[in-house]
Amino acid sequence: MNYHSPASFAEASALAAASTGVTRFLAGGTDVLVQLRSDLVTPDLLIDIKKIDGVSKITRTDEGGWTLGVAVTGAEMSEHGELGRDWPGIVEAMDLIGSTQVQGRATLTGNLCNGSPAADSVPAMIAAGVTLTVTGPDGDRVVAVEDIPTGPGRTSLAKGEVISAVNIPPRGDNAGDAYLRFIPRTEMDIAVVGCGVSLRLEGDKIIEARVSLGAVAPTVLLVEDCAAAIVGTTLDEAALEALAAAASAACNPIDDKRGTIAFRTDVAGVLAKRAAKIAYARAKGENA
Amino acid sequence: MALDDQKSGFKFVGTRPERPDGLDKVTGRAKFGADVTATGMLHGAILRSPHAHARIVKIDTSKAEAHPDVKAVVTRADFSDKVEFKPGLAGEFWNVLENVMAGEKALYDGHALAAVAATSALAARDALKLIALEYEVLPHVTDVDKAMAPDAPVIREGAADYSVPKGLHPNVVRYHESGHGDVEAGFAEADLVVEDSFTTEATHQGYIEPHACLAQLGADGKGELWCSTQGHWIAQKTCAALLGIETAQLRVTASEIGGGFGGKTTVFIEPVALALSRKANRPVKIVMSRSEVFRSTGPTSSASMDIKIGMKKDGTITAAEGIFRLQGGAFPGAPGDMTAMCAFAPYDLTNVRQVGYDVMANRPKQAAYRAPGAPMGAFAVESVLDELCNQLGLDPLEVRLKNAAHGGSKASYGPTYDQIGLVKTLEEAKAHPHYSAPLKPGQGRGISCGFWFNHGGETSVSLALSEDGSAQLMVGTPDIGGSRASMALMAAEVLGIPYENIRVTIADTATLGYNDVSHGSRVTYASGLATIKAAKHAVEKLCERAAAKWGIPVDAVKWEDGCAVPSGPNAGDFDPRPLADITANMGATGGPISGHFEATPEGAGVSFGTHIVDAEVDPETGKTAITRYTVIQDAGKAIHPAYVEGQYQGGAAQGIGWALNEEYIYGEDGRLQNSIFLDYRIPVASDLPMIDTVIVEVPNPGHPFGVRGVGETGIVPPLAAIANAVSNAAGVRMRDLPMSPPRILAALKASDA
Amino acid sequence: MSKLHVSTKVNGDAVEFLCDPRETLLDCLRDKLNLTGAKEGCGTGDCGACSVTVDGRLVCSCLMLGVEAEGKEIATVEGMAEGEELHPLQKKFIEYAALQCGICTPGVLVAAKALLEKNPNPTEEETRYWLAGNLCRCTGYDKIIRAVMDTAADMREAS
Repeated sequence: MNYHSPASFAEASALAAASTGVTRFLAGGTDVLVQLRSDLVTPDLLIDIKKIDGVSKITRTDEGGWTLGVAVTGAEMSEHGELGRDWPGIVEAMDLIGSTQVQGRATLTGNLCNGSPAADSVPAMIAAGVTLTVTGPDGDRVVAVEDIPTGPGRTSLAKGEVISAVNIPPRGDNAGDAYLRFIPRTEMDIAVVGCGVSLRLEGDKIIEARVSLGAVAPTVLLVEDCAAAIVGTTLDEAALEALAAAASAACNPIDDKRGTIAFRTDVAGVLAKRAAKIAYARAKGENA
Repeated sequence: MALDDQKSGFKFVGTRPERPDGLDKVTGRAKFGADVTATGMLHGAILRSPHAHARIVKIDTSKAEAHPDVKAVVTRADFSDKVEFKPGLAGEFWNVLENVMAGEKALYDGHALAAVAATSALAARDALKLIALEYEVLPHVTDVDKAMAPDAPVIREGAADYSVPKGLHPNVVRYHESGHGDVEAGFAEADLVVEDSFTTEATHQGYIEPHACLAQLGADGKGELWCSTQGHWIAQKTCAALLGIETAQLRVTASEIGGGFGGKTTVFIEPVALALSRKANRPVKIVMSRSEVFRSTGPTSSASMDIKIGMKKDGTITAAEGIFRLQGGAFPGAPGDMTAMCAFAPYDLTNVRQVGYDVMANRPKQAAYRAPGAPMGAFAVESVLDELCNQLGLDPLEVRLKNAAHGGSKASYGPTYDQIGLVKTLEEAKAHPHYSAPLKPGQGRGISCGFWFNHGGETSVSLALSEDGSAQLMVGTPDIGGSRASMALMAAEVLGIPYENIRVTIADTATLGYNDVSHGSRVTYASGLATIKAAKHAVEKLCERAAAKWGIPVDAVKWEDGCAVPSGPNAGDFDPRPLADITANMGATGGPISGHFEATPEGAGVSFGTHIVDAEVDPETGKTAITRYTVIQDAGKAIHPAYVEGQYQGGAAQGIGWALNEEYIYGEDGRLQNSIFLDYRIPVASDLPMIDTVIVEVPNPGHPFGVRGVGETGIVPPLAAIANAVSNAAGVRMRDLPMSPPRILAALKASDA
Repeated sequence: MSKLHVSTKVNGDAVEFLCDPRETLLDCLRDKLNLTGAKEGCGTGDCGACSVTVDGRLVCSCLMLGVEAEGKEIATVEGMAEGEELHPLQKKFIEYAALQCGICTPGVLVAAKALLEKNPNPTEEETRYWLAGNLCRCTGYDKIIRAVMDTAADMREAS
């Protein structure tokens, strides 16, 4: 295995494009090192992107959104007061991944590029409408988070492409987000089901919503039926039931060591309701 | 030993001093299995089967051998061919050999097939890929009930011993049946009979330190082995047999041990490292990965059980019957007999019958896990008792008190109990504020009793006094959880010198006589008893020296508060002689003063506990939270109460894991699917509440200070106590462990329907 | 495969080593620098026995490559005591019997020290969640949590 730590994304992209074997980018390394250690994937080329300028910065954009460097860790996100006030769901979702120790290393982009349908930060990012700047041999392009995963362990990134920034939109007024996941323990597990909700209110009524589900299909889902079930409502009982039904209906899970099809389908509905209530309360400016 | 010989009014015993090895263990300098190196050392790695059951057609190691970094490759041919196969447990050396290096067949996913020693750990791992294997994959079975079925693949013909009745599948290798009275007559007397079936999955001991060793063996047949083990003499004996060398020529030193819980009572990598070392003529270190630990070292057995209990309206048990089928991997040894014997042991029963099966399947060889076999049986029996209490409207604690075994009761497994503490634990439970605390909606409470035999075992201890009056104590039972402190306390109590003046060493196999493994909750009991006797032996000599100096008979001298004193006014008027005064010139008064003791003490004293648990179940997700937990257990006499509490708390925590989330998950292909801590879900700090403890002390007549072992009993009640709490919270009886959220949610939905 | 040269600081001491790019920081600490206080319990970041801090941040040293240590400041359990004076957590762990076998203890101590530096007054829940990545199989965590919280109280009083 060859190890490189380029000084720019252009250089990182060029290295990857020129590589003939298995290439991995190293950000936090919390997945790459596990795969290396267990002999699952030993890259021929490992490109450490942490020495590129600005990769550890969290910056407010002129429009009021956020740009996160690709090496920003979960711990750094949790410690950033303003980011957490704008997007508590994204920050909490990231914070749920692994232990305090893992938080010291793990990144949003790593979580995304690992390609797991159970990645906690991904449903929260999709619900929030997060986009990514991707640097490739032909320059930069911007991609929605939901367009990155294509299946377990697979992404739509082409050879030589590397994510170079995470773009979080402006939060705006009367809006809130939330992410909940189900795990059998209180910590340290992979999500059996995850659900991200982001919504905006006008008065008591929901006027915009995005709902996303993790670990219930080969990729994280953006479920439009879930959004439709609550937009135009005040999140009353009927809306919540419709939301749960839409969430369960969207599931296409598998039976595995972490959960059953029936369990995931049921709990997706339960989590959708619970997450929506939190996002709604946050949009109202209530503590939740 | 009569009770009135027992010491009371302790000066050191019962206090909570700092452990002697504390500083080493909080500074990172304590040397565990993987923490040592040797000059010229190679690193070993083991190739393991990906198949649950396969004939090994061909192993080609030539490419690995030709690699410049590789210094030795071994297969089964590099071990002794003198180890004899025998049925059941009679050929345990053969069973261990077959487990540490496969012969003709790979018997489970993770079974060792070959090993290499290379110049670095990475080089060794890479070299494994150069070994070419050809398999003939065979049908496999991993489930206990399926392994007993007529069409199950046969793991090994001829493995069943004399105990197995005719007509059973060859995978049934041992059979146990015991009891007394007439159960059919008993059931006829009952007002209510409940019959039910239960299963538990295999769980792993989950020690945080993977197996590790450093071995050297020369062509002269002399060897050195450093390893993380619960018993270095059994490692010595087994490795010597497997390598075909003389036992005494192999010196084994136990490293500090990072947890064992029964799982480090046998050998896995040690004979392999020795074989590699012999071939390479260099020291070889092997450290298992976590995945190897899960795939290839002893989990406990999985179990399938049928229970039938009859009860009168007043709570009297009229009869009890249990059938316990335990799967212990591809070798004999599943403790179906232990499960059967322990299951009804807490109760004074007129009519009881229990049957235990030891069944083989294509899984790793089971190893002991804290009261091996007992937790499963308790889970099944105590669940049925809870159901009887619910249906008859009786208080579960009162019913257990009504039926509790006491001194003089005939145990379900045969003998008559001496003085025991079960009733006291139940009375303490009844009086504990936990038992009467109100429950919130969605919560349920469960209780359970539990029993474990405890064990004595072969024990040697040696104690040597220094000129300045300090003492060196050499014991042979590895210190798993603070036992150096307990030993020093007991020695201090007898010698009458400060605890701090005693240095406790875990001696290697060349410097002390034979010691059984640290198992059976025997360390504080047996090594403790031997420590007391060794100290008394030294005291006798100290008294002799004082008597000689004073010119009086030795029986006119007694030992008091660390001094030799005349035994009474008639013995003479002499100033007390402190220990250090006598040892100061011991060289000139008869030579060094030491004490020692060797025996197989038989009075381990059975142990009982009662646990109270509150659980809260989320009805929408089936997720359980343990909200309150109280352990009440008889310690006989707590030598160092903080470490006794620690044993109670640790047993409860492991039980919580077993009950709720831990399990071996096999795929259709017979491969273990969760061989990392991410998916083998042991409790983490945020999963648990504080675990309250009550130490009951009903002295064990078989120990000079009244000690009963405390390590194992603590894991016997939790499975049942938690199952009862969860079942009461959810309103539906949970019969299968673990009670994972999908299982609970499915049970809730089934009961709604 | 050529090895890479790494210069770093461990417990305040400047050190250098050569490593294969596949070797983890934990491998390098243990095998090249003979600092065996950090343990490998899992190699997958699930047990915390290898906990160290890198530039003050708590991490699993099994989840970081040795080459990534270049130019960093690493602290391990071996650096917790100041000379003969144990860190208050080390003292309290011995006093409270907050260890049984002791294999998880170095990682727990490093993690607990990082907690108290960030939050001198943690609740029981905060302590339990902070330490959720430090598996202990012996104690049931009870005495560990008490030791950490009481150390925090002592340190608050002393400061």
